[in-house]
Parts: sequence; structure tokens; C-alpha cells
Amino acid sequence: MNNKWVEFSTGFFTISGIVAMVILVFQATNFSQMIGSDVYKVTASFDNVSGLKERSAVSIGGVKIGRVSQINIDKESFEALVTIEIDNQYDQIPEDSSLAVYTAGLLGEKYIGMTIGGAPDVLKEGSHINLTQSSIVLEKLISQFLFSQSDKK
Amino acid sequence: MKWINSTGRFTIDFIAQQGNSVILCLMTILAFIKIPKRFGLFIKQVYAIGVLSISIIIVSGLFVGMVLSLQGYNTLVNFGAEESLGVVVALSLLRELSPVVGALLFAGRAGSSLTAEIGLMKATEQISAMEMMAIDPIEYILAPRLLAGIIAMPLLIALFSLVGIYGGALVGVDYLGVDSGAFWSQMQAQVDIQHDLMSGVIKSVVFGFVVTWIAIYQGYSCIPTSEGVSRATTHTVVFASLAVLGLDFVLTAAML
Repeated sequence: MNNKWVEFSTGFFTISGIVAMVILVFQATNFSQMIGSDVYKVTASFDNVSGLKERSAVSIGGVKIGRVSQINIDKESFEALVTIEIDNQYDQIPEDSSLAVYTAGLLGEKYIGMTIGGAPDVLKEGSHINLTQSSIVLEKLISQFLFSQSDKK
Repeated sequence: MKWINSTGRFTIDFIAQQGNSVILCLMTILAFIKIPKRFGLFIKQVYAIGVLSISIIIVSGLFVGMVLSLQGYNTLVNFGAEESLGVVVALSLLRELSPVVGALLFAGRAGSSLTAEIGLMKATEQISAMEMMAIDPIEYILAPRLLAGIIAMPLLIALFSLVGIYGGALVGVDYLGVDSGAFWSQMQAQVDIQHDLMSGVIKSVVFGFVVTWIAIYQGYSCIPTSEGVSRATTHTVVFASLAVLGLDFVLTAAML
């Protein structure tokens, strides 16, 4: 076997394997979303966030501005405490903006939609948002409907 | 009553084999330090194990990706979720199919060739001749092959995944009509580097190590006749495939 061919093809194989890995990282994964580490964290309390997951999107008017980084329970009020990371370029969001949990697709993925308020102060690192609307739980919706039906009679 | 004896003998042999196999593995790993001295040998093994497996890996990857796309589309279209086809193809390939199918192909191609080569060296007394010349056969023969297997596998699996995903995109976007933007953007949103890509890479390293270890052990400890070599080669493929599938379950459970 020609020695030069052995070395050349082995080198080519190694390089192509590494290039394949790099292409996979850039084309097939959420790499571009991970490298944006210039975010600021804001917390919010919800009554009910059933269906919301970590890394769910946070958007204004359908445009993604950040994502959910943590979902915990507030130890005193037992409300759901959601920590969201907002991209640094959106640093002019008024302090009295409200959050609500909506459903995105047919498969029921939840996301947080933000409605802008009118306050002069803006959200900063560590701000807390109080105006929140919980996600819709199917059972409550049905019981509300049945209750309103029995009311009419 | 003789069957009790033979059961006992079988058990003792089995356990002794496991022990020998682990001892061989440890001695080979200890010999890794001496590889830079004989770097040309190591490169030659990467060529024999890795480069010569490229054709089967790429062709298989292409077809696996295309079939995945076809089957995935068939099922997803019932739920109106055919835009998630990219996610299905990428996740199945990166997490499970590339490491496992790639390892099975690797065991069949590179594993059997390793076992046959080393077994034949043993049968034609080349290994004894080396020991006579004070060349440690573990350093000279086994260590380069084990390290080459560990290094070649992740590269082959990366190629498998890449060709599979693009093959799936070819069938999904061009043949089945899934929207190209939706295919790639949903995939990029939902495939995570750590959970999915990295777990595939870790699996491929572990599988490469295990398959090559089984191959070199079977070759090194085979009965030095032609029947012994052929039996050792069969054992390599069977044991390596079972080990890959079993370890896949263990690793998936551990990493999920």
C-alpha cells in the first residue's frame, strides 16, 4: 500500500469527521441560541403554569425575546415562580408589562406572551413582574362552562 | 452427573475469560503511552479501521436517514405535524441510530477484520516470533488498534449523522414537500447540543472502545487454528453487537 495514500486518506478522514461534527453543531442544534449569553434575568409569579417548560419561549407580539430558565415554587406564597432570561438588546421594556401563558401549536406547547405596559421605568436584572395570567387548565374551563350553563336555566 | 461437572467447568472458564479480557484491556491501555514512539503504526490502524469503513458508514447513513424521513412523514402527517419531521430525523439519528447502527456496522466490518488479522497472526506464530525478538505484542499490535478504534468511531458516527440528516432533508424537503424553512428551523430549535449531540458522541466513544476491545481480545486469545480464528471472528461480531445494544440501554437510561 502506498504510504502517501494511507497518510492522506487518514488525514482527510479525521478532518472530515471533525468538519461533520462542526456542521452538525451549527446546522442541527440550538447552538445559536446558546451562545447568546448576554441576557438579564427577570422573575414573575403565576398562579398556574401547567404545561410551561424550561426553555419555553417568551415573546412580545409573537417575536421571541427570551426564554424561561427556571420554574420554582415561591416558598412563602406557594405561587409558581418563573425566572425568564431576556436578551440584552430588549432593555426598554416598561416595568408594568404583563405576562400570560399561551398555547403555541396544536401539540399544546406553552409559551409566555408579554403585553407592554406604559410605565416610564424599564425592566432590569432582578426585576419582578406581578401582573400575570395563568395558563388555561381544561378542567377549570369545562367546569366554568357547565356552571354558566346551569346559571342560565 | 457429568453435566454438573461440565456446568461448573463452563462457569469457571467463562469467569476466567472475563478476567483475562479485563487484564488484556488494562495492559493495552497502559501501553497507550508508548504509542507516540510508533506513530506510523497508529496512523496505519486509523486508516485500516476508520478510512476503510467510510463507504459502508456513509451509504448506510444515507439510507437510514432517508427511511426515517419517509416513515416519520407517514406518521406525522396524520397529526398535521409534518413540519416537525426535521426534529424527528435529527433526534432519532443523533441520540440513538447513529451510535447504535454505526457501532453494529463497525463491529461487523472493522471488528471482524481486526479479529481475523490478530487471530491469523497468532495462528501463523507471528506473535510468538515477536515475543522472541523482545517486542511486546501488546505495544506493537494491540495498543495502536484499540486507540485507533476509540478515535475512529466518533468520527464515523459524526459522518453517519451528517449524511443521515441531509439524506432525511433530501427526502423530506425535495421528495415529500415538507417546507424547508420549517424543517431546519424546528430542528435547530429543539435539538440540544448537550442532551442530544453530546450523548451521541459519548455513546460512540464507549461503543468504539467496547467493540475494539472485544475484537482484539477475541483475536489475541483465539485457538490458533483456522477453525479457531473463524470462531473467534463470529464471536466478535455477536458479542460486540450484544454489548453495543446492552450498553446502549444502560447509557440511555443513565443520560436521559
